[in-house]
Amino acid sequence: MIRWLLGLIGLCLAATQVFAADPVAIGVGYLGLAGSRSTLSLVEQPAENDGVAGARLAIEDNNTTGKFLNQRFTLEERRIRDGEDAVQAATDLAARNGFIIADLPADALLKVSDALRDRGTLLFNAGAIDERLREADCRANVIHTAPTRAMLADALGQYLVWKKWSRWLLVVGSHDEDKLFADALRRTATRFGAKIVQEKTFEDKGGARRTDSGVTLIQRQMPVFTQGAPAYDVLVAADESEVFGAYLPYRTWDARPVAGSAGLVPRSWDASQDQWGAIQMQNRFVKLNSRRMTALDMQAWTAVRMIGEATSRTNSGDVKKVVDFIKGPDFSVAAFKGTRLTLRDWNLQLRQPILLVDGRMVVSVSPQEGFLHQVSELDTLGYDRPESKCKLK
Amino acid sequence: MQAEMRNQMLRMWRVGLLAGLALATAPAHAFIAYVSNEKSNTVSVIDTDSWTVTKTIKVGQRPRGIDFTRDGKFVMVAVGDDDTIQMIDAKTQSVVDSLPSGPDPELFAQDAAGKILYVANENDNTVTVIDLEKRARLGDIQVGVEPEGMTISPDGKTLINTSETTNMAHFIDTSSRQIVANVLVDARPRFAEFKHDASEVWVSSEIGGTVSVIDPGKHEVIGKVNFEIPGLRKEAIQPVGIGMTKDDKTAFVALGPANRIAVVDVATRKVTKYLLVGQRVWHMAFTPDEKYLLTTNGVSNDVSVIDVAAQKVIKTIQVGELPWGITIAP
Repeated sequence: MIRWLLGLIGLCLAATQVFAADPVAIGVGYLGLAGSRSTLSLVEQPAENDGVAGARLAIEDNNTTGKFLNQRFTLEERRIRDGEDAVQAATDLAARNGFIIADLPADALLKVSDALRDRGTLLFNAGAIDERLREADCRANVIHTAPTRAMLADALGQYLVWKKWSRWLLVVGSHDEDKLFADALRRTATRFGAKIVQEKTFEDKGGARRTDSGVTLIQRQMPVFTQGAPAYDVLVAADESEVFGAYLPYRTWDARPVAGSAGLVPRSWDASQDQWGAIQMQNRFVKLNSRRMTALDMQAWTAVRMIGEATSRTNSGDVKKVVDFIKGPDFSVAAFKGTRLTLRDWNLQLRQPILLVDGRMVVSVSPQEGFLHQVSELDTLGYDRPESKCKLK
Repeated sequence: MQAEMRNQMLRMWRVGLLAGLALATAPAHAFIAYVSNEKSNTVSVIDTDSWTVTKTIKVGQRPRGIDFTRDGKFVMVAVGDDDTIQMIDAKTQSVVDSLPSGPDPELFAQDAAGKILYVANENDNTVTVIDLEKRARLGDIQVGVEPEGMTISPDGKTLINTSETTNMAHFIDTSSRQIVANVLVDARPRFAEFKHDASEVWVSSEIGGTVSVIDPGKHEVIGKVNFEIPGLRKEAIQPVGIGMTKDDKTAFVALGPANRIAVVDVATRKVTKYLLVGQRVWHMAFTPDEKYLLTTNGVSNDVSVIDVAAQKVIKTIQVGELPWGITIAP
């Protein structure tokens, strides 16, 4: 036993001796908004560290690998408050970090990317799902690990069509992002041959999400709201603003399943995902953060892992080299989704399978069997190369 | 009870048969294969003469890595969700003991003498070293993120461990238990296999879709085996298990959801044939006479039997749910 302990000490000494030189330092910045949005379901209320917790885990994972390559990763976190200037915060982060993981709204992200364009800083969009960031407003210094609304809608649509639930009752919220998600769902219906039999708008008239006798009221409202619809197979809700979606399951006038923003939800990741070796990472995440892993955590984890993957493959901490490798044809990253993830070279969007989850289990994973593509079946999700309006610059 | 008697009879019959064979050196040997069923929490026992499941043994949760002890007396099976390795007595075909493996053991390797066991613990980035006779834990070796594949060089001096998220093959000196080299391979390395002449280590990369051939002296990747199947997307080709014939001429590589075993000419590192087996094929084992190769097909819940000389699939045997690993009595 003592000999073994001595051996272990020896190992530690040897490990430090192998690399007499200082490790190569790779700085990663994380820029997000302070505070968190409010959800209808208390259990889905995002944690204060939603997103950045995934980046922290990936830094640990990268450093475990890095100790064999004499590379050391650090994370510098920055949360900005309402009214604070994102560009200033990003510029400050960029002074010390060649890579920045951003969880910012589309407009702020664009401002940041334009401000940093000449510095050579590489941005990872881990949070914004807006189509326009990959289309008309795409940027050559922004890589997107977050999926887009069209990818999410297509993932859901493929499953609904496979299930032969092809008549949809679409209920749309009154906020801009709800309308954008509804646009994506309409596009999906057209692409995959589903029919939207009726559209209804759920007007946000304000009001609290937490009330003491809320359930009684909701139970009266929702059946009436969904009454009188033409024959449909599934109610599809577009409610990114968390105003009504979660109120729909079990309360529709007709006995129909709910999908979209509630019920069966398309997501890049879920706490219940345990296939393809994911259980190990889920365990690591819980151990580090004392909570379960969300989609945003995964999108940030993937971004930081992409940096780690490129630095180990190029055996370099040089930002330019790493960026070129990530954008090059040989890049791929493993992210517990059963397949390698690669970048769409025309808009720097990460291709990825999308999980369909019900809050407790992974129900299915899209792309669904039978949705074929000449390049990658993952390109059956979202806008494909021929449709793209992106001109990278 | 009846099943037990039937097994007893079968065993007696088998012993008789083996004794007869020893005298007559008849061509058909009967061997016993053990298959871990990851979802059923069982081990299926297959008789290779009748190609039937003769017994299903209840084991701990999530059985995966499985191997015989060198003396052939026990089958060790890693039951990851119970954080241990269980020992199945090959005579009674029941679990009799367990080993202190560390959390979430998946695959393991033993030294040539069968005295030391090295276990990959996926959950805490370590390889646990176990004294098999004392059944005691000797210590841990820190490796990369999610250690999985394990193999030992024929001379017993080098242990190879692959780590799935670090994407490396770690070369560990078994006497000092120190890492002496780290070789970067393609994404998600799952399995490592030495050539019997020790001149090369083959490491499969599930997500990378390749097998890296490493020179164990120089610690360098000296070649790669690539796979291409007409009509199949590259992403569906996910190499995992590797089996090499004793003459080091032919390698068999399980390609996961491609549902095929690639037959590879070891000298040229080129695929000569693809054999269609069951769905999501992962691991494999040769019968000791190397006449047959058995593969575990996770999604179709069966085992395919390949006639090694003819390079043909001759049989499919239903086992438990999500068959994962396989070992055959020496």
